[in-house]
Amino acid sequence: MVENRPLLTLWSHAVLIVGIALVAFPLYITFVASTHTLEEILKVPMPLLPGPHLWENYSQVLASGTTRGATAPVGQMMINSLVMALVIPLGKMAISVISAFAIVYFRFPLRNFFFWMIFVTLMLPVEVRIIPTFKVIADLGMLNSYAGLTIPLIASATATFLFRQFFMTIPDELAEAARVDGASPMRFFMDVLLPLSKTTMAALFVIQFIYGWNQYLWPLLITTDESMYTSVIGIKRMIVGGDALTEWHLVMATAILAMLPPALVVMLMQKWFVKGLVETEK
Amino acid sequence: MAAVSLRDVRKSYTPELQVIHGVNMEIKDGEFVVILGPSGCGKSTLLRMVAGLETITAGEIAIGDRVVNRLEPKDRDIAMVFQNYALYPHMSVYDNMAYGLRIRGLSSSEISERVNKAAEILELGKFLDRKPRALSGGQRQRVAMGRAIVREPQVFLFDEPLSNLDAKLRVQMRGELQALHRRLGTTSLFVTHDQVEAMTLAQRMIVMNAGRAEQIGAPLEVYARPATTFVAGFIGSPPMNLIPKDGKLLGVRPEHLEPCAASDAMLTMDVDLIEPLGADIIVYGHEGKPGGDGSSARIAARLPADAKAQAGRLAVRYAPQNAHWFDPASGKRIDA
Repeated sequence: MVENRPLLTLWSHAVLIVGIALVAFPLYITFVASTHTLEEILKVPMPLLPGPHLWENYSQVLASGTTRGATAPVGQMMINSLVMALVIPLGKMAISVISAFAIVYFRFPLRNFFFWMIFVTLMLPVEVRIIPTFKVIADLGMLNSYAGLTIPLIASATATFLFRQFFMTIPDELAEAARVDGASPMRFFMDVLLPLSKTTMAALFVIQFIYGWNQYLWPLLITTDESMYTSVIGIKRMIVGGDALTEWHLVMATAILAMLPPALVVMLMQKWFVKGLVETEK
Repeated sequence: MAAVSLRDVRKSYTPELQVIHGVNMEIKDGEFVVILGPSGCGKSTLLRMVAGLETITAGEIAIGDRVVNRLEPKDRDIAMVFQNYALYPHMSVYDNMAYGLRIRGLSSSEISERVNKAAEILELGKFLDRKPRALSGGQRQRVAMGRAIVREPQVFLFDEPLSNLDAKLRVQMRGELQALHRRLGTTSLFVTHDQVEAMTLAQRMIVMNAGRAEQIGAPLEVYARPATTFVAGFIGSPPMNLIPKDGKLLGVRPEHLEPCAASDAMLTMDVDLIEPLGADIIVYGHEGKPGGDGSSARIAARLPADAKAQAGRLAVRYAPQNAHWFDPASGKRIDA
């Protein structure tokens, strides 16, 4: 609506600014806290301007971690998180793009049955199947390993479903033209479908990267070895007992570090992400 | 280039649902044949069977002297132009045309020679680096044709290629298609529902209705001697008048009716609609029998532009050689 009512404009700006402040202030506090020493943070009131210990705190957590709770270096945890956040989307896409291809372009017995089987798993998030999954992973000896962290989360219907919907919007004539041109099904897949799916893949990557990076419950369950902690788990393990025992300045530094990669991925891939969700290149 | 033979070609999806009921046709080498029919008559299905995109339930299709029933589209040596062009959206015009050749393993010098030649014929030279979405409808259509030309196939198959274009462009592309066929002389099968396209492009045409070939022949021959009431009523605009008379159906084309004195009238019509088209005037009305009840046949007459058309009674006559007779039950032509 285009209206020329200055008071309304003022009011809506005010609401928006308050909203932004509500979201941004905790983040700011986290950042400020990560630049002070523990003693300064524990003072009441705590300082609201950045302190001089930024470099010191960050290099300490990255290289050697906290001294209480989880003592592994956060650098290692970041790498673990990164492995998880990369293997999950890439694995998901590799599997689901092929299965969607099969479901959309081939007629085989029980095709619909298989599609619905895949679809039904959408209703079973990790949390629901977590105990049986844990049992399986434990029996396979995959606790405290990258395989254990990633494989159970790779299988999912979301991506298959997304690709199926996308493939169904591609006109049949394109597949027929490729057939007349002499392209085998796999050739059509590689030369036509994959290039057309680029934007969908980018959108999916962003969503799944964040999904993988932010996993909490699953890594919490299957990692007992500090060297396999992800950064999110690291934060949780660093918080020990009473307030005075926790090294809050280091926890806050870790939190800031854990927040950066997803934010970075979203910012860098924003253009592709939006493209993949709203428009298709057909 | 090759001849194409359709021998009792049939298609059914289930035993009850048969969509093509035995079509027979010999298409000569280098001939331009148009398959014409209303939507849902099976004309596209027939074309897709020739292309190999639909299976053939019964009968035989041969291209040259090879029966192709069981061959994949790529092995049939055909090229197809689709209604919505079906260009690969992520490839440049050059790549769109070259794709089929690359798959066939041609050398890149051969590919670029063929693509450049096709681009020259179709005046696409400037656009070779563009993506299809940066082209207009007519240019996309030309790329789709270019993709067919570079393959140098035995047969071109066109599936309503002009129906997505606006009227003016359609006329222009029709001319280009004709010129292209003269130049290349490749056997062509062209599906359309537009009778003007069929009349102007075809050397021979096949008029289809409900999965059957109603008539096969040169356009003017089909126009002059429709084999069935369906063909009579489908071709011509407005189509042939069909008037029940003496237990038979009398067919007269609107342009063969001329106004006359009431005493000479062979037909009288109650004119209720007048469409002046500039070059001529078309009047529509019911056949007005003396003492008729108004439930009689609709008649259209094409009058010269200077005729004084008005609503009301109009006496018309026709030359006896322009009268066609059909059997009302079977719809077949009765030759005197």
